[in-house]
Amino acid sequence: MDAVSLIGAFSVLAAGLCMGIGSLGSAIGEGNAAASALQAMAQQPDEASRIRSTLFVTMAMVETTALYALLISFLTFYANPFWNYAIEAASTK
Amino acid sequence: MFENYDTLIIFHFFDIPINATIFSSWIVMSVLMLFSFLATRFLSDDIQTSRWQTLMEMVVIWLRKEIKETSNDNPAKYLGLGLGLFMFILVSNFLTIIPWFRPPTASLSTTIAFALVVFCAIPYHAIQNAGFLGYLKKFIDPSPIMLPMNLFSEFASTFSMALRLYGNMLSGVMFASILTSFVPLILPLSMQVLGLLTGSIQAYIFALLAIVYMSNVGPSLPYVEEN
Repeated sequence: MDAVSLIGAFSVLAAGLCMGIGSLGSAIGEGNAAASALQAMAQQPDEASRIRSTLFVTMAMVETTALYALLISFLTFYANPFWNYAIEAASTK
Repeated sequence: MFENYDTLIIFHFFDIPINATIFSSWIVMSVLMLFSFLATRFLSDDIQTSRWQTLMEMVVIWLRKEIKETSNDNPAKYLGLGLGLFMFILVSNFLTIIPWFRPPTASLSTTIAFALVVFCAIPYHAIQNAGFLGYLKKFIDPSPIMLPMNLFSEFASTFSMALRLYGNMLSGVMFASILTSFVPLILPLSMQVLGLLTGSIQAYIFALLAIVYMSNVGPSLPYVEEN
């Protein structure tokens, strides 16, 4: 295999792994947050609205790591710097 | 396949290229202006109010309550910027159900601009609340060793706000376009409905996080609501 096809193959693999592993942690974290919030809401139904608004903010913060992984995998798909470099190196040769 | 609205030129205005981000921002702005015009047209504090005024009052009262709960401070201080961010993001995210509309929030330049506004508003409100020294004291909060961390988090928190909104909206738009190339019928519709939910939550979260960061350095005296 030449360098360009290696870079292409590994970019796709890296994007998939990045998304899979990156979303794993935040999925577990969001599940924990939701479980705790539900428990708290069941114990104190009066505070439910306040807990819910805090839950949304927390979820969004936890979700950020998965979104970084998503952006990185978009980057490796559509704006891969190594791929562009290899194409340029091959064309100037 | 990659949806980059900054390089997508819609038309030329006297040889100035207008890209899709600016064009759809103008659409959102005109929709918001129409809303506010309709809401404030027959303004009254009587029992009989117009429907639009009631709708807008609902939104404003709800956000005032949210701000008061999160910041424990006078909600009028943060209402202008918070409501502006919320309404702009909400309308631009809701308009994605119209085909061919390209939401301006799915472009990094728009969300970075929002984050820059919040980034400038944070020291303004902090200095207004606690004075210049009180604002500087925030950076050495637990101990002076934490100074680089606090400085870094000042930049990272606002930047991650921009990236969060951009990532959410871009993933929604791209997922819809990828799904449409596979299954053009019915199925993308369900994703659009899910996009409405995430869009409204993202608008709420962006506004609320901006308010949380702005009210981070609160006044020394607790706010007492006068009736």
